[in-house]
Amino acid sequence: MATTTQSRDPSAARKTGSVSGVNGNMVTVAFDTAVTQNEVAYICVGEARLKSEVIRVRGNAADLQVFENTRDIRVGDRVEFTGDLLSVELGPGLLGRVFDGLQNPLPRLAEQAGAFLQRGLYLYPLDQDTEWDFTPRVKTGAILKAGDMVGTVPEGIFEHRIMVPFGWSEEWRVTWIAEAGPHKLSDAIAGLTNGVEERTVTLVQRWPVKVPITAYLEKRLPSEPLVTQQRIIDTFFPVAKGGTFCTPGPFGAGKTVLQHALARYSEVDVVVVAACGERAGEVVEILREYPHLEDPRTGRSLMDRTVIICNTSSMPVAAREASIYTSVTIAEYYRQMGLNCLLLADSTSRWAQAVREMSGRLEEIPGEEAFPAYLESLIAGFYERAGLTVLNDGTRGSVTIGGAVSPAGGNFEEPVTQATLKVVGCFLGLSRERANARRFPSIHPLESWSKYPSIANARDLARAGAVLRRGNEVDQMMKVVGEEGTQLEDFTTYLKSEFLDAVYLQQNTFDENDGATSAERQRYCFHKVIEVLEGAFDFKDKSEARAFFQQLRQHFIDWNYTAWGSLEFEEAEHRIDAELKRGAGAPVAAVA
Amino acid sequence: MRKVYHRIIQISGNVITVESADIPYASLAEVTSSRGTSLAQVIRLEGPRVSLQVFAGSRGISTDSQVRFLGRPMQVSSSDALLGRIFTGSGAPRDRGPRIEDDLIEVGGPSVNPTRRIIPRRMIRTGVPMIDLFNSLVESQKLPIFSVAGEPYNPLLARIAMQAEVDMILFGGMGLKYDDYLFFRNTLEEHGALSRSVLFVHTAADPVVECLLVPDLTLAVAEHFAVNGKRVLVLLTDMTNFCDALKEISITMEQIPSNRGYPGDLYSQLAARYEKAVDFETAGSITILSVTTMPGDDITHPVPDNTGYITEGQFYLRNGRIEPFGSLSRLKQLVNGSTRDDHRALMDTMIRLYADYRESLEKQAMGFRMSAWDDKLLKYGALFEERMMDLDVNIPLENALDLGWKTLAECFEPRETGIKTDLLQEFWPHAESPVDKE
Ligand SMILES: Nc1ncnc2c1ncn2[C@@H]1O[C@H](COP(=O)(O)OP(=O)(O)OP(=O)(O)O)[C@@H](O)[C@H]1O
Ligand SMILES: [Mg+2]
Repeated sequence: MATTTQSRDPSAARKTGSVSGVNGNMVTVAFDTAVTQNEVAYICVGEARLKSEVIRVRGNAADLQVFENTRDIRVGDRVEFTGDLLSVELGPGLLGRVFDGLQNPLPRLAEQAGAFLQRGLYLYPLDQDTEWDFTPRVKTGAILKAGDMVGTVPEGIFEHRIMVPFGWSEEWRVTWIAEAGPHKLSDAIAGLTNGVEERTVTLVQRWPVKVPITAYLEKRLPSEPLVTQQRIIDTFFPVAKGGTFCTPGPFGAGKTVLQHALARYSEVDVVVVAACGERAGEVVEILREYPHLEDPRTGRSLMDRTVIICNTSSMPVAAREASIYTSVTIAEYYRQMGLNCLLLADSTSRWAQAVREMSGRLEEIPGEEAFPAYLESLIAGFYERAGLTVLNDGTRGSVTIGGAVSPAGGNFEEPVTQATLKVVGCFLGLSRERANARRFPSIHPLESWSKYPSIANARDLARAGAVLRRGNEVDQMMKVVGEEGTQLEDFTTYLKSEFLDAVYLQQNTFDENDGATSAERQRYCFHKVIEVLEGAFDFKDKSEARAFFQQLRQHFIDWNYTAWGSLEFEEAEHRIDAELKRGAGAPVAAVA
Repeated sequence: MRKVYHRIIQISGNVITVESADIPYASLAEVTSSRGTSLAQVIRLEGPRVSLQVFAGSRGISTDSQVRFLGRPMQVSSSDALLGRIFTGSGAPRDRGPRIEDDLIEVGGPSVNPTRRIIPRRMIRTGVPMIDLFNSLVESQKLPIFSVAGEPYNPLLARIAMQAEVDMILFGGMGLKYDDYLFFRNTLEEHGALSRSVLFVHTAADPVVECLLVPDLTLAVAEHFAVNGKRVLVLLTDMTNFCDALKEISITMEQIPSNRGYPGDLYSQLAARYEKAVDFETAGSITILSVTTMPGDDITHPVPDNTGYITEGQFYLRNGRIEPFGSLSRLKQLVNGSTRDDHRALMDTMIRLYADYRESLEKQAMGFRMSAWDDKLLKYGALFEERMMDLDVNIPLENALDLGWKTLAECFEPRETGIKTDLLQEFWPHAESPVDKE
């Protein structure tokens, strides 16, 4: 039996108060000492202590959002204030773990409490008994700042940096440092002094989740593509390392499937998956599958680079609000080690709704659709935590944030989508029409945009964009005048745009080869697609044109399903080339 | 002895307020007025003020009505004696049987630890081709029927329930017309299924707020039996009535509505119920089939919209048929790969051709010339609607697959279907070799 049930806040509580009101998951507490905004408090209900956070103070009353069901709380119940802001533990062993929004380790909760979550049960997030092989990286006498590396421990394929705690200001001199060897999380491994006081560094540090970690030199403009291996993204609407993007779409449009594909195939070091207020069943797919999937970049299990923060829709709403911050803090922590991290949040709308629920209970003046007036700045503040950073030692790390948005009624004119669009660098709009037509990923090619550089060249992109737009115009026109009333030339452009859509924009996520296209392969195949788009074909009539593109499409799709560089790949390419030759001679010079 | 109060200081909507101390949040009370006794639940504590939501409504309650606090949250019996019984929305017998008050469990309990869930893997056969063949229902799935009022959604729900191979049926009726209630009861009885069913029924004639308890009671009992190894099917109809009751309460409590009067936590409220659907590794399961009527056939209305974001697909019932477009079982791919080799290919092909048929139909309506291909599609579309979409069709999956091949063969050449050659060879219903001599 695992018995390490140590509470995360072994609180000999300094201050107390008593409950004076309960309204849903908001509890009002009367107190008579000092109380800090956003500090953690525990409400004592019978045997249980319910974690909560101070979200407003007025006179001698503090309003707390409770991270648990508030059932059975009574007026007069004792409340213990901890003085600590809501924090997470940062140290080796986070990778591969599954936490709830407050960083409780879900598998260990299940070991203790069984199939159902138990109110008031909190467990230490990391394994306290594991011994980590510590290597000192500085010598006694060294002068260090917050975020500087003291030593490292190996965590999976990474050198996990043990750093001077991010909150320590000014300079610190190393007074002693442990020798290389095994250490547990809480072992002191170095002593540091600032001339006034002496402190010890352990393998783990705490950090308040709502405060960004800024122990780096500077932020840089994101410019290097983050290769997701999704063609429509990397080629047309690219994401950059350290950048931000959003994927709004109505229900069933494919937000979650897309996020799973990104989590699986993106070329980054660490992926933090924030399952925020969505279905538990979808997380189970990751939990059950990732341990058995290989990360082709490392040859290890995909789980080894993944951290899952799972606060699904039926788990407490206030913890859902916290889960977004817990997730981004963990991503920032690994960025401090010079790693490229990707945070995927599904869905930021559920987070915004959690904020809205609380705001309603606080009786704040509501804005549009009852969201609070500060919604925009909250969303901006969250995405601002992304970024490409230059660390103290000159190395670079990045946090890229991708948020799914679930707009009410699928209408992008709603507050969360609009506030998100103002701050992100890339907009991947999922469309109901494309999803219904099974054109996946259903990212709309005419409405989406990105401010980041593509892996393809600008001229080809402009070419492809023009064909898509013109093809769409012809399509609209045909709906009125019918195929009979359409010029052959226009019809051919339409077929070209459909071709580009079918063989390049659409991608079968569930196919082993088609599901992930490397940057190199994308450049190669896109070139071939452009060749087709620029081809001047001499068709007798529309049915010949249609038959030609149908055949070509089939060959291209077959090509997409082959492994890059395989014999089948070459054979499929030969068939395409042969078909292109047949199609009224080899492509002639570009049509102006 | 619990203290009894006689001074109600506020009555507003279905919410009353008394002054009292030491009352647990979300606990129950009994309110007795000239009209009888009703359950009420604490929904706000403010210093000495205790606000309660009265399930039978506040009509007839006077300032000196009696309020007796029970000191416990809502509970329901989990006894086997529930089987075959019918209760009201507050858990009182609706049939002539006795009250059942043993093995009480709390309703609205905590959620399942996500790490203890498993990936669902068993198909539930319904005999409806539009479900079995095209949008397979999976054990532990949560799936609503979206439809406008007047569609035969309740008969469809009942039919699926009768056909499904499950251990138990838990029925939660909200705002049911009395006739619909009788219809469900009689259907269960006729099929000999009543003895493995438990019904919680709130009818349109009952106080509106009482329907708020129905999903929680139903799901608490379902959960108890699922934990004990039973495969439980939960039917909830009509969840739009549940949402409207939520709306009523939140407006009474002066909460700021987020969208068309519905409270901002509508999503969380619905999710707390629907997420009870589960498949346990070493125990039973809960599958939830519900009805969500769409006011004005508007899928962007807050109720169907929030529901769609929570459930794992939906069956879209329209003109008495399950629409192939708009209907989706998000879990179907977990099961339809292991039914019969031709299942997926046939499913994709038949739907694609049916979509083409709809296009031809549109073209025809606009007066464009019909090609030979269009004519084939028109013939196919009509057969498809008759053989697959008609809700009276009731055949096992295998027969539906065979009928699918037969339909294709009656309308098309094998190669026009775009189905892989090896499948054509195996399944195309011809005496001689199916694949055209090329
Ligand atoms: N890339 C894809 N390839 C094939 N099918 C897909 C793809 N993306 C989505 N789908 C189909 O659409 C369904 C819904 O997708 P998904 O769950 O990702 O939608 P969503 O936008 O996350 O919806 P919600 O907002 O309700 O969570 C999937 O179950 C699957 O059947
Ligand atoms: Mg989703």
